[in-house]
Amino acid sequence: MTRHRLFWPSLVLVGLLLGNLAFTPDFFSIQVRDGHLYGSLIDILRLGAPLILVGLGMTLVIATGGIDLSVGSVVAISGAMACLLISKQNDMNDVTGVLTAIAVGVLLATALGLWNGFLVAGLGIQPIVATLILMVAGRGLAQLITDGQIITIRSSPYKLIGAGYWLAVPFSILVALGVFGLASMLVRRSALGLLIESVGGNAEASRLAGVQSRRLVWLVYAFSATTAGVAGLMISSNVSSADGNNAGLWIELDAILAVVIGGTSLAGGRFSFAGTVIGALLIQTLSTTIFTIGIPPETTLLFKALVVTLVCLLQSPAFRAKVLRQRRQPPPATAPPKTQPTSEIEVSA
Amino acid sequence: MTTTAVPSPAKRLSYRPQQKYIPVLATGSLLVLMFVIGSLRYENFGSAQVILDIFIDNAFLLVVAVGMTFVILTGGIDLSVGAVVALSTILSATLVQERGWNPVLVIFLMLLLGSALGAGMGSVIHFFEIQPFIVTLAGMFLARGLCYVISIDSISIDNEFYVRLAQTRIALPGGLHVSPSVVIALIVVLAAGYVLHLTRLGRTVYAIGGNQQSAMLMGLAVGRTKVLVYAISGFCSALGGVLLSLYTLSGYSLNGVGMELDAIAAVVIGGTLLIGGSGYVWGTVLGVLTLGMIQTLIVFDGTLSSWWTRIFIGTLLFIFILLQRIISVRRV
Repeated sequence: MTRHRLFWPSLVLVGLLLGNLAFTPDFFSIQVRDGHLYGSLIDILRLGAPLILVGLGMTLVIATGGIDLSVGSVVAISGAMACLLISKQNDMNDVTGVLTAIAVGVLLATALGLWNGFLVAGLGIQPIVATLILMVAGRGLAQLITDGQIITIRSSPYKLIGAGYWLAVPFSILVALGVFGLASMLVRRSALGLLIESVGGNAEASRLAGVQSRRLVWLVYAFSATTAGVAGLMISSNVSSADGNNAGLWIELDAILAVVIGGTSLAGGRFSFAGTVIGALLIQTLSTTIFTIGIPPETTLLFKALVVTLVCLLQSPAFRAKVLRQRRQPPPATAPPKTQPTSEIEVSA
Repeated sequence: MTTTAVPSPAKRLSYRPQQKYIPVLATGSLLVLMFVIGSLRYENFGSAQVILDIFIDNAFLLVVAVGMTFVILTGGIDLSVGAVVALSTILSATLVQERGWNPVLVIFLMLLLGSALGAGMGSVIHFFEIQPFIVTLAGMFLARGLCYVISIDSISIDNEFYVRLAQTRIALPGGLHVSPSVVIALIVVLAAGYVLHLTRLGRTVYAIGGNQQSAMLMGLAVGRTKVLVYAISGFCSALGGVLLSLYTLSGYSLNGVGMELDAIAAVVIGGTLLIGGSGYVWGTVLGVLTLGMIQTLIVFDGTLSSWWTRIFIGTLLFIFILLQRIISVRRV
């Protein structure tokens, strides 16, 4: 069971949650207030929803052996666009207007994803460089849309996405859950996931085997940007404003972190949506924990550094071979042969 | 081959070395073009002091970008530079201002700390075979987190040594002047140029960037060099932090947010290939100057908003990456 790739992240997550229980006894309690669910766990899910969304998109990109640094900028752009359109309306509560704004925001994000896909698959530029362009320029574009201001809106239909409730459950959780379910079904109930993993394993070989690897790369970047766009709507809706400068700042790093914690290899070739969700929840729980325990929030980054280092070291075959094997050798003779094959498999994967 | 050969191979031979200079030449021409346009459009733009001011305002970025050039030449990347710069400013401000330590000792300590952080990251990258991207990301979190633990407020420095160093202007002929930071930055550039082109370490850096496997098989000290490269980058970041704290006479945890992007952009615009193995420190100098020139142009223009800087830099990045792509395709 310890061999399962979701074992360690899940264990850390559960450990963190239990640790919270020691400090705040009613941590696990969920109450119904005004017909809405309330509680620390619900808060973690609600605040973690944008990160889960961005992480899901990032998972597929990383599965193809790529990386998408531009998601933070896309978050800012889609939120800015939607808020700008809503603020221009005479009646900000007009549902059709809000839906149009949402559609434009998401479509704009998809278009930006296609641009990334064009650079990576069309022109053959390294993903980290190709998406760096949009990461740098995107912040400027977002500020261009908002004209350097923070656009504040008062629109109750728009507020629903990030801060509203539907059937007592926060709407953002439902959206994240919906995307998770839909995407999981698409990639695991069809050959799509397998094909994406084959591109990540060896793009050239999979192309020769008849996989439309370029088209798949376009697709994953478009998907990644689209989920980032939805996350952007959520973030801007939660605070009812669009800040071109700070919305989604560093979310690309958190998303990559979530993906890596979830056991998806940065080298591409295999991925796990469930792992990413656990990773994202782990990061959000970490922030919440630090907040509730009363450690100064400034230290969040230190904890993140610690977690990243630990998870990456544990996942590194070289580290396990060099450090962990020596420690395991003294106990029963059956242990070493067991650890060896797994590490070798992961080297080749 | 030299004298009797038909003209066509000779022509190709003379063409070849030019090709590797194309990105640097392109950046240089662009820089000249921007300067000429600026001089024609705005009063007071066409003076040498404008260029020197770009150096004065970007000395810290130049130093950081030089360190980044080393890392990128080996095919790696260092995302921690901005955070290390901030750590260096806030820690030196705290030690000098609130603890009253000797400034020279503090600066020396900062450089040591930066190098140690870099060497640590380099060791993890090399010995545990984890991607540089993730390791330096963790390093960035660590350094930024340490900043916040030290202080979340901006600490201004009024130490005599710092103030004197910050306000000194070195006069040049023609009524021009530079700051000591510029001199330090240029020394770093010269040293980097020397190390990269005239020492064994430099050759190894290019060899690793070209093909790490081959470099290893050739018996080059790949591990030591990789650790050293990240240590150099850490050293440069810490020095950049010292220069920044001189420039602003303060230390602040939020210094250098996004500086890693500026440094990477400067290196790429300077013609260094991000896959490693090809590029020059001179290109990086031109890259930093280009970024500074864009800012100066926007300041002189006065009607363009500051966010156009980002858009321009992004567009330039795109053009230069496209150029790199075309060149590398031709080479293959």
